[in-house]
Amino acid sequence: MLEAPEHGLPGHLVAFVGALRTHGVSVGPGETVDAAEVMGALDLLRRRELREGLAAALLRRSGQRQVFDTLFDLYFPPALGAGTGGFEVPRADGEDGEPGPVDVDALRDMLADLLRDGDEERLRELARAAVDALGRSGAAGTGIQGRHRQPSWSAYQALRLMSPETLLAQIMDGLRTPEDDDFTDEVRRREIRDRIARFRQLVQDEVRRRSAEQRGRDAVAKTAVPKQAEQVEFLSAYADQLAQLRRTVHPLARRLASRLAVRRKHAKRGQLDMRRTLRRSMSTGGVPMKPAYRTRRPGRPELVILCDVSGSVAGFSHFTLLLVQALREQFSKVRVFAFVEKADEVTHLFEPGAELSGVMQRVLREADLTAFDGHSDYGHALGSFAEFWGEAITSKTSLLILGDARTNYRDPNLTVLKRLVGQARHAHWLNPEPRRQWGTGDSAATRYADVLPMHECRTAAQLTDVVEGLLPV
Amino acid sequence: MGCIGHDGEVKATQAPLFGSVDEVTERLEGVGYLASTAVATTVYLADRLGKPLLVEGPAGVGKTELAKAVAAATDSGLVRLQCYEGIDEARALYEWNHAKQLLRITAGQGHEDWDATRDDVFSEEFLLPRPLLTAIRRDDPTVLLIDEMDKADVEVEGLLLEVLSDYQVSIPEMGTVTATRKPFALLTSNSTRELSEALKRRCLFLHLDFPDPDLERRIVLTRVPELPESLVEALVRTVRVLRAMELRKVPSVAETIDWGRTLLALGMDTLSDDAVKATMGVVLKHQSDQVKASAELRLN
Repeated sequence: MLEAPEHGLPGHLVAFVGALRTHGVSVGPGETVDAAEVMGALDLLRRRELREGLAAALLRRSGQRQVFDTLFDLYFPPALGAGTGGFEVPRADGEDGEPGPVDVDALRDMLADLLRDGDEERLRELARAAVDALGRSGAAGTGIQGRHRQPSWSAYQALRLMSPETLLAQIMDGLRTPEDDDFTDEVRRREIRDRIARFRQLVQDEVRRRSAEQRGRDAVAKTAVPKQAEQVEFLSAYADQLAQLRRTVHPLARRLASRLAVRRKHAKRGQLDMRRTLRRSMSTGGVPMKPAYRTRRPGRPELVILCDVSGSVAGFSHFTLLLVQALREQFSKVRVFAFVEKADEVTHLFEPGAELSGVMQRVLREADLTAFDGHSDYGHALGSFAEFWGEAITSKTSLLILGDARTNYRDPNLTVLKRLVGQARHAHWLNPEPRRQWGTGDSAATRYADVLPMHECRTAAQLTDVVEGLLPV
Repeated sequence: MGCIGHDGEVKATQAPLFGSVDEVTERLEGVGYLASTAVATTVYLADRLGKPLLVEGPAGVGKTELAKAVAAATDSGLVRLQCYEGIDEARALYEWNHAKQLLRITAGQGHEDWDATRDDVFSEEFLLPRPLLTAIRRDDPTVLLIDEMDKADVEVEGLLLEVLSDYQVSIPEMGTVTATRKPFALLTSNSTRELSEALKRRCLFLHLDFPDPDLERRIVLTRVPELPESLVEALVRTVRVLRAMELRKVPSVAETIDWGRTLLALGMDTLSDDAVKATMGVVLKHQSDQVKASAELRLN
């Protein structure tokens, strides 16, 4: 089902730009005009050039590329229907001239060969043909679908039947030669694993394209387009979204640090210092050639971070700690404490130059965080922190607490928190839950929010804004 | 010498440098720069639409190299503005030669009235053109490279807006200098800070990433033709695996080439684990990265 756009190609481009805007890529009318000029200057039949050209005109940041690519495939699909040419899918015998169900084992053998050789074009063709055949006629041995049924496209079904992951060992065995060392072996394994991931991607792209033909572009775009890393919510992120988010920590921290540096620079010049100006003028015969200013000393805060590392908010805590680690230069001293039921210091795991990718596992393994059942207990954690490390909070300290304030209906221990907040210079709470859920169920967020300012930090973008606001100039 | 006129003067149309995307690829290849589809397409469009090209990407993927290649492929002169923290109008646009102006005023004292002197000291002779003005005034084809834009302060971006959108520079004492021939402008950035929206909107945007394996292999072979093809293949594959790891500094194309040169100099013709162990420092510049990579690739 493909509807022709109302206003021809320009109308189609505008619809595409509209979809980009819906997904958080801000494109102005000026850029749309640029994009139209691009379409005029390029050969529209060369799809890759068109894709790059439109990206050049419409995008302004590298993080937007994934959204763009997905939408581009929906709006400028590489093929219609099953496409032409390409791949003959092996099938079992069919009844009365109909193509029979797919012979999955034979298909898997072909897939293994392609994964070994790594020819992306062929892999794409196989993905296209396999999705088509599996969607129309099903697989042998899984029951044959009726002849007049709507074909159904499913990445889940296709990938489950072909299960490319399980081909890894088979491919590796086929490639192994006696003189291979461990290193060659490992490089190869990673390469094949990469290709398998790529193939999964290709199948998903293909399914998205076919579904768009069936259900309409907009319906598919609504659900299937990935979010930009900065817009992903911490609490609902998948593992690979979090991994991707971690990769953005350093650029994010750099951007943040330079914004802070600009603020410091602008704040550097203070008022005219009359006394020093006059004294300086003595050397030039009483003419004040060089005025002196009172410079403000940039304050670099000591930071104490107290973070919930229980499973429910671990992704958020981890990301925030990485960000703080990357911003280390902005603080004179950082101490990090983790808690679930009890608090324990984990600063040594965040030393400069430390390996940070597995740091959360180390925090959970090495620190003494649980006492009873391993569910978060904010009251007890605050109590143990105040008891053992209370002196860490001084009048120069900024205290940052990370967590969702879900305390499993236990005592939130507001008295201790009040005392800690009273001792610290600043205190802030970052909460990854949406504001409307604060105080619902076992959340003590609203009660804590009475004691100290609490900020909603659902996405990396929100987090950077909050951190920028918190750091003193 | 550029023409001095009023705002909004119609610029002479000029013949584009390239005829098609394929021609871009071919001519860049002719000067030793292997361009991906993305690079060739955006270079072609920047030339066709007369817009500056903003190239962003990690260090060592050939951003500056691209500008040099475009200049060489089109027989253009390369005018380069290297940005740094604290660069200002006087370093980027133009400056009056104060010393010479003073000299001129002193020389004319007594036998010339002030009006004549004033008109004279603010003339061509006392102007010191800096890269931006130089690029605009050139009559020959020009590639203007503004390197590491992100290092410059935000205020400099404002300065660039007039130059990059209208290809003109206003000098209050003289008038507006408009380009007779639009230079091909290329800005690079390592994205250490976000450039302003106003600047980005005037440019075409190219995110230059690591090349795909086939292209990288060809790049290494062009740069180090003595390397056996099988070794280049192994090098490129290994570097790709390294890039997929979470490292502090992932190896760039420049490092792949260095690695190839090192292996060649040491007379190694296969990439065995001993060879990798001995030469890993060439590709990974941080101790912690080396430790991590050795562990993950089972080198110990």
